[in-house]
Amino acid sequence: MTASGGQSTSTSGELLMSAPSPQSYTADEMMTVAAARRLRGGSCFVGIGLPSLAANLARRTHAPDLVLIYESGTIGAKPDLPPLSIGDGVLADTADSVVSVPEIFNYWLQPGRIDVGFLGAAQIDRYANINTTVIGPYEDPKVRLPGAGGAPEIAASCGEVTVIVRQSPRAFVDRVDFVTSVGFGSGPGDRERLGLRGRGPRTVITDLGILEPDPVTCELVLTHLHPGVTLERARAATGWELAAAPGLRETEPPADHELAALRALTGGHRS
Amino acid sequence: MATVIPLAEAVANLVHDGDSVALEGFTHLIPYAAGHEIIRQGRRDLTLIRMTPDLIYDQLIGMGCARRLIFSWGGNPGVGSLHRFRDAVQNRWPAPLEVEEHSHAGIANAYVAGASGLPFAVLRGYRGTDLPVHTATVKPITCPFTGEELTAVPAINPDVAIVHAQRADRHGNVQLWGITGVQKEAVLAARRSLVTVEEVVEELEPHPGAVTLPGWVITHVSEAPGGSHPSYSAGYSVRDNDFYQAWDAIARDRESFLTWMDEHVLTREAARP
Repeated sequence: MTASGGQSTSTSGELLMSAPSPQSYTADEMMTVAAARRLRGGSCFVGIGLPSLAANLARRTHAPDLVLIYESGTIGAKPDLPPLSIGDGVLADTADSVVSVPEIFNYWLQPGRIDVGFLGAAQIDRYANINTTVIGPYEDPKVRLPGAGGAPEIAASCGEVTVIVRQSPRAFVDRVDFVTSVGFGSGPGDRERLGLRGRGPRTVITDLGILEPDPVTCELVLTHLHPGVTLERARAATGWELAAAPGLRETEPPADHELAALRALTGGHRS
Repeated sequence: MATVIPLAEAVANLVHDGDSVALEGFTHLIPYAAGHEIIRQGRRDLTLIRMTPDLIYDQLIGMGCARRLIFSWGGNPGVGSLHRFRDAVQNRWPAPLEVEEHSHAGIANAYVAGASGLPFAVLRGYRGTDLPVHTATVKPITCPFTGEELTAVPAINPDVAIVHAQRADRHGNVQLWGITGVQKEAVLAARRSLVTVEEVVEELEPHPGAVTLPGWVITHVSEAPGGSHPSYSAGYSVRDNDFYQAWDAIARDRESFLTWMDEHVLTREAARP
């Protein structure tokens, strides 16, 4: 795919229009809308922050029956506004059921009962392994991050995993400094060898586009660019030689109803 | 049978220098008043255990009470970093902090084993991550029936567990509801326990979804109205999300942190109902 002069052509020859300038939405809004669209129904184990916002947007738009599960033990939470923490009172007040923390991990997550795990990341690598623990060496870190929380077992045991993370060379690295949550380890076959029963990350949604694992190599490749974003820009924001998938496409821009629902969740402000 | 006594007395009886102490409460019902009393009493060399250290352990660590931290997620939920925790790990201020780091599933199961009188717990977890490389208390174990390789973590049996609940009766029977986290497991796993409550009532009325801890498994109960702030007690208060956001600026800087602790914790007395 080439990109010049504000227009680009996909490998299928279809003309891609760049977004109107100035855009009527932000890159973060495009990312959140694209992430929400990937949640079609069933149950979703939701991390706090960007995943929680996108999951709540999905429930407010095309997936009203999406069952939101937070690690605080709230199953089927239906908050009016996205909570600040995974344990805000509104999650318990609106849940179908509230269970203890050992129960949410042992009875609900561990057996593979939950369809989608929805995670953020500080670093993610070409095999979709996630680091939320440290930047730099573990014993003498440059940055001490919060750590694992529920993520390692969410990444292992949910039917599949969706990751939402802003794309930059700092975040998209060749190898993560610390494997907090396993994507595809060192490549094909690692999940099976490790006994991880979920299918692992199927989609990584960023503010620039969408990445998916190559079906053969498990390496993350670019399948979508958001409107106005060039392949060169996505490559410059990635710490490995980012490949474009055959049939690289442009993401559908946010529809008015999607933006309205998102802004209602974020208090009318552009996130 | 639990005795109902003032908070300062309960903390003095139960928490000693060098103890392992678990203050639990998963976002909800975090025992802040008890944590502040530990800081006021100047305890040192504690092993602090908590799934989500939250601001209360940021405060205990920043005030030099901790030697070691056993935890699974050390952030300010929805806001960012715990700056005192980061400063201790990255710069050894005010003292070096040893960390024993787990996943939520690992610690939750370690409490379950502790409450169950078992030496360890088994789970599907940690496999392929770098956590077992750095955390000695995560080991592979083979299922004796299927041969499958799983993960074991040793039981957590704290010297003291401290939790906050909505209410207790005069006999020290405790009732909590809403998000109940791992509090029941932490209390049953611990050698000694303290439950702070919003109020002591004549009789506990049934409440949907409530967990009841009988007084005979608890050492002390102390009345501490508002004692979970800036966390919350469902039915009594809501989470003070504004304070969680404000803490980021307060704790980012050592001086502003110490000034805040001096004004809001050190020079205040525990509530004495």
